[in-house]
Amino acid sequence: MSTSAPTQPDYELTHLQALEAEAIHVIREVAAEFERPVMLFSGGKDSAVMLHLAVKAFAPARLPFPVMHVDTGHNFAEVIEFRDRRVAELGARLVVASVQDAIDAGKVVAETGPRASRNRIQTVPLLEAIESHGFDAVFGGARRDEEKARAKERVFSFRDDFGQWDPKNQRPELWNLYNGRYRKGEHIRVFPLSNWTELDIWQYVAAEDVELPSIYFAHTRRVFQRDGMWLAESPWVTLLDGEEVEERTVRFRTVGDATCTGAIESPAATLAAIIEETAVTRITERGATRADDRISEAGMEDRKREGYF
Amino acid sequence: MELLRFATAGSVDDGKSTLIGRLLYDSKAIFEDQLEAVERTSLARGDAYTDLALLTDGLRAEREQGITIDVAYRYFATPKRKFIIADTPGHIQYTRNMVTGASTADLALVLIDARRGVLEQSRRHAFLATLLGIPHLVVCVNKMDLVGWSQERFEEIKAEFRSFAMRLDVHDLSFIPISALHGDNVVERSANMDWYEGTSLLHHLEETHIASDRNLIDARFPVQYVVRPQDQHNHDLHDYRGYAGTVAGGVLKPGDEVVVLPSGLTTTIAAIDSADGAVAEAFAPMAVTVRLADDVDVSRGDMICRVRNRPHVGQDIEAMLCWLTPQGDLRAGAKLAIKHTTRWGRALIKDLQYRLDINTLHRDEHAGTLALNEIGRVSLRTTVPLFFDEYRRNRATGSLILVDEATNNTVGAGIILGPTGVA
Repeated sequence: MSTSAPTQPDYELTHLQALEAEAIHVIREVAAEFERPVMLFSGGKDSAVMLHLAVKAFAPARLPFPVMHVDTGHNFAEVIEFRDRRVAELGARLVVASVQDAIDAGKVVAETGPRASRNRIQTVPLLEAIESHGFDAVFGGARRDEEKARAKERVFSFRDDFGQWDPKNQRPELWNLYNGRYRKGEHIRVFPLSNWTELDIWQYVAAEDVELPSIYFAHTRRVFQRDGMWLAESPWVTLLDGEEVEERTVRFRTVGDATCTGAIESPAATLAAIIEETAVTRITERGATRADDRISEAGMEDRKREGYF
Repeated sequence: MELLRFATAGSVDDGKSTLIGRLLYDSKAIFEDQLEAVERTSLARGDAYTDLALLTDGLRAEREQGITIDVAYRYFATPKRKFIIADTPGHIQYTRNMVTGASTADLALVLIDARRGVLEQSRRHAFLATLLGIPHLVVCVNKMDLVGWSQERFEEIKAEFRSFAMRLDVHDLSFIPISALHGDNVVERSANMDWYEGTSLLHHLEETHIASDRNLIDARFPVQYVVRPQDQHNHDLHDYRGYAGTVAGGVLKPGDEVVVLPSGLTTTIAAIDSADGAVAEAFAPMAVTVRLADDVDVSRGDMICRVRNRPHVGQDIEAMLCWLTPQGDLRAGAKLAIKHTTRWGRALIKDLQYRLDINTLHRDEHAGTLALNEIGRVSLRTTVPLFFDEYRRNRATGSLILVDEATNNTVGAGIILGPTGVA
C-alpha cells in the first residue's frame, strides 16, 4: 500500500490511505507545535501501527520524540521482547513508567486477591512520568470505535494540571485545525488513530507488513476460563475454586496487563485469517477480552476522567 | 475502498437514532455485547423499547438526560465504502456541535418527519450543511409508514424543501422516502413505495461521487514541518531538507515551478517523498514531503503554490463566524489567537457586519454581539499575512479557528468569504 503510489484513477485514496494521511498529519502537527511530546508504546497492535505511522511521518529523519511504556510488571514476555527490539531498531529512546516502582515507593497500593489487577493504578506512574519528564503532548493509540466514552473524545484531548479529562468541557475540533495550546502543567493527549476501527488496523497491518508480537496469532497456551474469558496462566493470577488450567489454541485481540487481558479461542494464525475473523465477529474486542472494562456502564469515562489513557 | 464522511443532524423525534441504528445494525457494525448493554440499560430505565440512541450517547450526562450533547463518531463499512458518521444533536442550542461535525463531511443527511413536513430545524440543518460547504445533501423523508406511504405527501415535502434550497448554495440535492423503523429504503428498496424510482439510502451513500469534490486545480501546500535528518552515521542524508505537509489543494509534481509564500522566492519541486519512496504526484489530502531544487528559506506556516495560481495574501479578511463558547459573547474589538492552515497569528475583530438568523436567514445589521451558537459576518485583521482562498473554493485554505488567549479554548469557527474590500 502507499499513500504514495495511488494506482486508482480520479485521484482517489483508499480508506487506508486516507486514514494514514490523517494520522500522519496529526503526528506532524504535534511534533511541530509541542516542545516535549512522547508516544505511548505498549507493544500492542494499535501502538505498533501508531509507531509505524510516526516513523513514516518523519522519514528519512529519526523519530523526533521518545516512546513510553507504562509497565504494569504483569507482562507477556513476547510483548516485552517485541517492545525492546522495535525500540532498538528505530534507535528511539524508551521511557518506562513502572507500576512496580510506584508500588515499591508506596505511591499506590496494589489490589490484592485472586482478581487483583494493576490496570487502574497505571494512571499514577503515567501521570508521574508525564510530570517528571515535562511531557506536554502524549500520543495514545486509542480508537473511537473501542468504547462509547472514547467515541466522543477529541483527537487533541486537553488535560488539566491533574491530568484529568472533562468530557463536558472539550474544545470544539473543526476541519484539521487542531488547537494544542496549553498552560504550564497541563498537557494534551493526542489520538492519531481516532477514526480507525479494529478491522482497519488489521487491514493496515497486512497492507504495510507491520510487525506484531506473536501472541496476536493463534498459538497453544495454558489458559483457564473466568467470567466467560480465557485468561493466561501466569505467576500473578491465583485460580479460584472450580477454575482449571487447560491447553487451548488461542490468540489475543488486545494486549494489556496479563492478569486481565483475555484470549479468544481461534485457529487464526495468519493475518488473512485474522482479518476474516474480525470482519465477521459480533463482539467488540474490549467486550471479549478486557475484564477491566466491565466495571460499570461508565467504567471507561470514570477512569479517563482520572487521567487514564 | 473509499472513505465517505457524512454528518447527520436531528433529534430522537425525527427517528435519527433509529436510522443510524439500522444502518449500523444492517451493516453489522453493532456488536452483540454493545446491543446487550443497550438492552440492559433500556430495561433498567423502563424504556418501552430498546433505545438505540444509547449506542451513541456515550457520556454519563447524556445517558442521564437522554440527550446527545456532543458529536459522536460512528463507523461502519460495506464492501464498497468505509463510512464515518458524525452524529450531531439537532437542537439549536447545539449548533456548534453541528458545525463541528459538518466541517469535515462529504455529505449531510437531513431528516424530515413526513407527518410534520419541513420545519424550522430542517431548514437550519440544510443551511448549516451548505454554509460548511458539504457538497451533497440527502433529505430523508422519514416515517413514510405513518402517512400511508403517500407519494403525494412525499412530493409536497420535496417541493417545499426545493423552494427553500434555491436560496442556498446546494450542489447536489436528493430526496429519499424512508421508514427507518421498518427499514424501507434504508438498506433495501421498499416494497411499500413502488412509485419511488430512486435507490435506497445505503446504495446512495455507496454511490455518491465524491472524488471530484476536492479541489484538484489550485495547488496549495502549507508547510507543516521541516524534515532535517540529524544522523551522524548517514552522510547521504546530511544535505536532506524536506518540507512535510498535507496537500490542501491541486496536484503537485516534481518539475513544477513553484513559489514559496510569504518570501515570494521561486524554485521548482525536485522530488516528492513519502516513507514508501518518491512519488510522481501528490494531491489532497495526501501527507507527503516536498523537496525543492533551490536552497530557499522555508519554514512552518509558509505556503508552496504554483507561480501563476496563488492564493490571496493578506491581513484583512471577511468571514462568516460561528461563535462556539458560552463564556462571553463576541464583539467588535475582540483580540484572539487565530489558526489558519499551519499558521498561528493574532486577529482583531474589526467589525461585526450582521448576525444571521439561521432559521430565517434574516440579517440583523444592528446586532452588536454574537453569543454561543450564533453566526455572523465579520471583518478581521490579522497580525501576520494569511495565504487563503474562498471557503467555497477550498475548504482547507478557506477555514480558520479563533482561540481565546486567556483560556486557550477554541471559541470561533471561521469560513472565509474573501479579502476585505473585494468580497
